[in-house]
Amino acid sequence: MGFFLETLLGGLMAGMLYSLVALGFVLIFKASGVFNFAQGAMVLFAALAMARFSEWLNASGLGNLWLVNLIAFAMAAGVMFCVAWVIERLVLRQLVNQEGTTLLMATLGITYFLEGLGQSLFGSDIYKIDIGMPKEPVMAFESTFPGGILINQEDLIAALIAACLVALLSLFFQKTSTGRALRAVADDHQAAQSIGIPLNRIWVIVWCVAGVVALVAGMIWGSKLGVQFSLATVALRALPVVILGGLTSVPGAIIGGLIIGVGEKLSEVYLGPYVGGGIEIWFAYVLALLFLLVRPQGLFGEKIIDRV
Amino acid sequence: MFYRENGQFKTSYQADQQIFPIMQDRWFIAALLLLAFVGVPFIASDYMFSAILIPFVIMAMAALGVNILVGYCGQISLGSGAFMAVGAYGAYNFFARIPGMPLIPTLILGGLCATVFGILFGLPSLRVRGLYLAVATLAAQFFADWMFLRIKWFTLDTPSGSVSVSNLQVFGMPIESDLSKYLFCLSLLCVVALLAKNLVRGAIGREWMAIRDMDVAAAVIGIRPMYAKLSAFAVSSFIIGMAGALWAFIYLGSWEPSAFSVDQSFRLLFMVIIGGMGSIMGGFLGAAFIVVLPIFLNQFLPVFAAWFGFVISTTVVSHAELMIFGALIVWFLIVEPHGLARLWAIGKQKMRVWPFPY
Repeated sequence: MGFFLETLLGGLMAGMLYSLVALGFVLIFKASGVFNFAQGAMVLFAALAMARFSEWLNASGLGNLWLVNLIAFAMAAGVMFCVAWVIERLVLRQLVNQEGTTLLMATLGITYFLEGLGQSLFGSDIYKIDIGMPKEPVMAFESTFPGGILINQEDLIAALIAACLVALLSLFFQKTSTGRALRAVADDHQAAQSIGIPLNRIWVIVWCVAGVVALVAGMIWGSKLGVQFSLATVALRALPVVILGGLTSVPGAIIGGLIIGVGEKLSEVYLGPYVGGGIEIWFAYVLALLFLLVRPQGLFGEKIIDRV
Repeated sequence: MFYRENGQFKTSYQADQQIFPIMQDRWFIAALLLLAFVGVPFIASDYMFSAILIPFVIMAMAALGVNILVGYCGQISLGSGAFMAVGAYGAYNFFARIPGMPLIPTLILGGLCATVFGILFGLPSLRVRGLYLAVATLAAQFFADWMFLRIKWFTLDTPSGSVSVSNLQVFGMPIESDLSKYLFCLSLLCVVALLAKNLVRGAIGREWMAIRDMDVAAAVIGIRPMYAKLSAFAVSSFIIGMAGALWAFIYLGSWEPSAFSVDQSFRLLFMVIIGGMGSIMGGFLGAAFIVVLPIFLNQFLPVFAAWFGFVISTTVVSHAELMIFGALIVWFLIVEPHGLARLWAIGKQKMRVWPFPY
């Protein structure tokens, strides 16, 4: 029982991290109808920027860990704003009114570009981000179960940060006027434009927000695994989360992430040994596929209505 | 002026339904085939064969397959690499397990394995569509990656799934030199392209296009969506599987599952989009573009840099390659979202009305 709960908790926390990446997908898809394949590359780019800035700040004699991380975070966020602005200017604005596939391919192009640019600007070695997360696991519930449950503190903090980010984002969407404009654009482009919401500016803002989400995701994944090229493939792990939760739903991204995280861990532990292990990656996709067969628009996606 | 069909009257239904109804097109294709089969072997060097021509011919075949699914039937697929892998490993199993198995039936059996796999992973297309389907097809990709790495039966218990073939021959002729490989692949490509062209202009191709343009409307006028979609998946994955088997047997010789990774799927989709969706010609143009571009960049970037007095290392070149590749794709989508085939059509029209603007 203790072991099962441990796996379950591990899955939930891994799922929280997936939903962090998935959030970026959902934000952009909601606001501009673009399926942003470049989210993974943005995570890599942001993490590389942050790692190199904090390294540079450390070298220039700033001792305080918090201060260093704060400044590096701000600088990396600035870089991501620039990236968002350039993408909107040079790519999205030129491709208004194109089909979904064309936009998808364009973001694939952006993926290649960002991967190349990130590595030539910031280097292609393995860097580390140290945000002072405790690495030692702690025991919990020792009174309830014999032996208790081993919890990774790092994962716990990461999940907390993710939860905070989600809360902040929903506050931003619900309470600020910009957030309201974003929701209006997400609902209906034309209607939003007709009441005077500037679409181009909204898109820049949405890509900025997605950039910051990518930065947070990159920071957490980076401090867990080290900042390296494989970070870009995190997006591929988060894709089933998005289609499971529905492409247009923020709560869907969170709950989908939790389901996928738990499903992955449980399947790996209880099913993996029978078929040779390593089934984590495709299991998530198959799980998402099974859900899709029942609900083609994902768990929380808007219902797809066909008209001839 | 250059391209006038005046005076070419069609007097029978047969003449009206030819693949190339205009005389200039027939001459052009005949000249092209002559050049490919007779001219190229005289002028191409060994490097040209192994680095450009053979990959181009095989990739053109794969792009043809992807185009049937994506361009003609409108089902976006990111799992093409998996279909190639299934074709390659399927063919390998037949080739290695049955002694004396001839090469061409092996390739066809490999294609059939991919067909079964394609139909299986095409089933979700009956329920989901668009971007959801694109992601769903990634399931096929990751499943195939895992299957050939972990299930040892498929790879005859070799470590890390790397296998190799040797002693290839067709009708007693060994396929060893670059020239024979090229001619073999080219002949297969011609046969497959002819079959594909005839399929897409027949009844079944029209059904695919109806499904692509609007599947609900197609269902209303009596086209069975299940039959049309699954047949597109079947034909497309058969061709892709055969191309995968060729890629593994002829081009690579020895390979491991990572040769058919998700990158390969993306590249195939790029070929179709850049070449032009829904056009047999587009598959060829796209394949040429995607195969030649990285080689071109690899060769010429250091030269360009040297002009400006820089010496750049190989890592910088590889990163710059990624960037230019990505930027070119975005640029292409902005300038001509309908692909190279559209440019070709525009050029043809211009030749037709020259010297007048329209």
